[in-house]
Amino acid sequence: MTTLRAGWIITQRDLAHWVRQPWGPVFGLLFSIMLLLVFGFLFGGAINVPGGGEYIAYLLPGMMALSMLFGVESTATAMANDARKGITDRFRAMPIGSASVALGRVGADMTNSAVELLVMLLGGLAVGWRITGDPASAALAVLLLLLLRFSMLWIGIFIGLRFRGEGATSAVQVLVWPIGFLSTAIVSAETMPGWLGAIAAWNPLSATATAARELFGNPTGVTGGVLADHAVWLAVAWPVLLTAVFAPLSARAYRRLRA
Amino acid sequence: MDTLFAEGLRKRYGDLNALDGFDLHVPAGVIHGLLGPNGAGKTTAVKALTTLIDFDGGVARVAGFDVRTQARRVRASIGLIGQNAAVDEILGGRQNLVMFGRLYGLTKTDARTRADELLDTFGLTGAADRAVSTYSGGMRRRLDIAAGLVLTPAVLFLDEPTTGLDPRGRNEVWTSIRETAARGTTVLLTTQYLDEADQLASEISVMNHGRVVAEGSPEALKRKIGGDRVTITLHGPLDEAARALGGTVDAETRSITVEVTDGLAAIVRTLDALDVALDDLQLRRPTLDEVFLTLTEKETV
Repeated sequence: MTTLRAGWIITQRDLAHWVRQPWGPVFGLLFSIMLLLVFGFLFGGAINVPGGGEYIAYLLPGMMALSMLFGVESTATAMANDARKGITDRFRAMPIGSASVALGRVGADMTNSAVELLVMLLGGLAVGWRITGDPASAALAVLLLLLLRFSMLWIGIFIGLRFRGEGATSAVQVLVWPIGFLSTAIVSAETMPGWLGAIAAWNPLSATATAARELFGNPTGVTGGVLADHAVWLAVAWPVLLTAVFAPLSARAYRRLRA
Repeated sequence: MDTLFAEGLRKRYGDLNALDGFDLHVPAGVIHGLLGPNGAGKTTAVKALTTLIDFDGGVARVAGFDVRTQARRVRASIGLIGQNAAVDEILGGRQNLVMFGRLYGLTKTDARTRADELLDTFGLTGAADRAVSTYSGGMRRRLDIAAGLVLTPAVLFLDEPTTGLDPRGRNEVWTSIRETAARGTTVLLTTQYLDEADQLASEISVMNHGRVVAEGSPEALKRKIGGDRVTITLHGPLDEAARALGGTVDAETRSITVEVTDGLAAIVRTLDALDVALDDLQLRRPTLDEVFLTLTEKETV
């Protein structure tokens, strides 16, 4: 049994959950769409985009980046649940590679997030958002969004393994909100007080959101600073850095289950 | 050669010696009971033997493979049933078994065939496609055990498999364990229930404070802490008779329980001298509860 094959079998287990209990993921998607409508139409009329452009065009890539960030919560919850229920121990007592469990999680969560992204793309197009960039750039935008999700996966795996109690996942559920809002995902950093704007500009989420806006050909809300010139590079560097930190930490947390 | 072999296992958690020189010798094909109060180290012992945790000292071999250096071969030879029913609750019973079968390296077709066999063996065919969350506690446990038997392992570890089950669920699980052993799998069963060990195990290791404090068949353990008991029900001066015999009184049933040391005749003569009328006299072996309390109390003092 190769580690890759075992990972794929564990991925299929999660995908089978979709068929058995479609309402969980469907509500997740409805929630994303609700947020989109609330910000796009309820608050959107009052929000100006620095540098010009329509708010709905500005918002969509930000919402996509936000939902990639929120993925950290579902990853952590799934890991913690399996560990608590003894399913992780059952896998660990089987003759499969030690990376299989994490690979299974990666496969399942990346699939879920890709579907979520697709729904948001279609939903956005339905409410008037447009891709004006070339197809190759748009494809790169989607890849960068998925790269952000990939880095969130390792943070989620680490938190789920290291802090298995119910409290940890609740903490993650709460913390993703300030982290998500303290970025340029929903409003431009340039409309914030100076110090807050500086924090928001350096949020990894802002890099991905701004890069996606650039590549989709949407207004970026950025008129100067490091995001204006290097958003795409930052959108690569941040997730790579986060993965380089949290993938080894996750591996260590998995080994420490043996302590 | 012992199918399960452990000598001098040690495992520290901070100040606690969870395993403190744990020894175990189990030949092939038997049900061996690991009995002990909460915190005695039973689960730690199982986790060490199933490669889930590292230990600080000692040697352990499972099915002939060294737990430390041949962990993967150990894993291919065992089934582990932990304290929680570790099955996917959203999926159906068959889906669970097929998944575990494929993880053990069976092809899709073989995994399906094996799943159907196991569902049949464990009486779950009727519920095969229902979500596990709708199963009773006993059914969930049986599915859990079935999942540990996909490859017909050499050794099956069961960690308190009937905790939290109603009497019916308990019986169902007991039957499954007996049938598993009858098919040739060696079973290590941890339990806090003495009657469970008495019912199922041919040999028992009594654990306390991280090591084995007594070992033997249920009968031998009962013999070990002394002779037979006699329970006497009588009319007349209960306390006086108890004092004369050195027994304990149960006022509610008007009975005295005495350990038989000098033979039954001596007891009857003592009662005769006191001029009391016997209603009933029952001779019995000590219960495993009495054995257990005696052994673990001796340790704690």
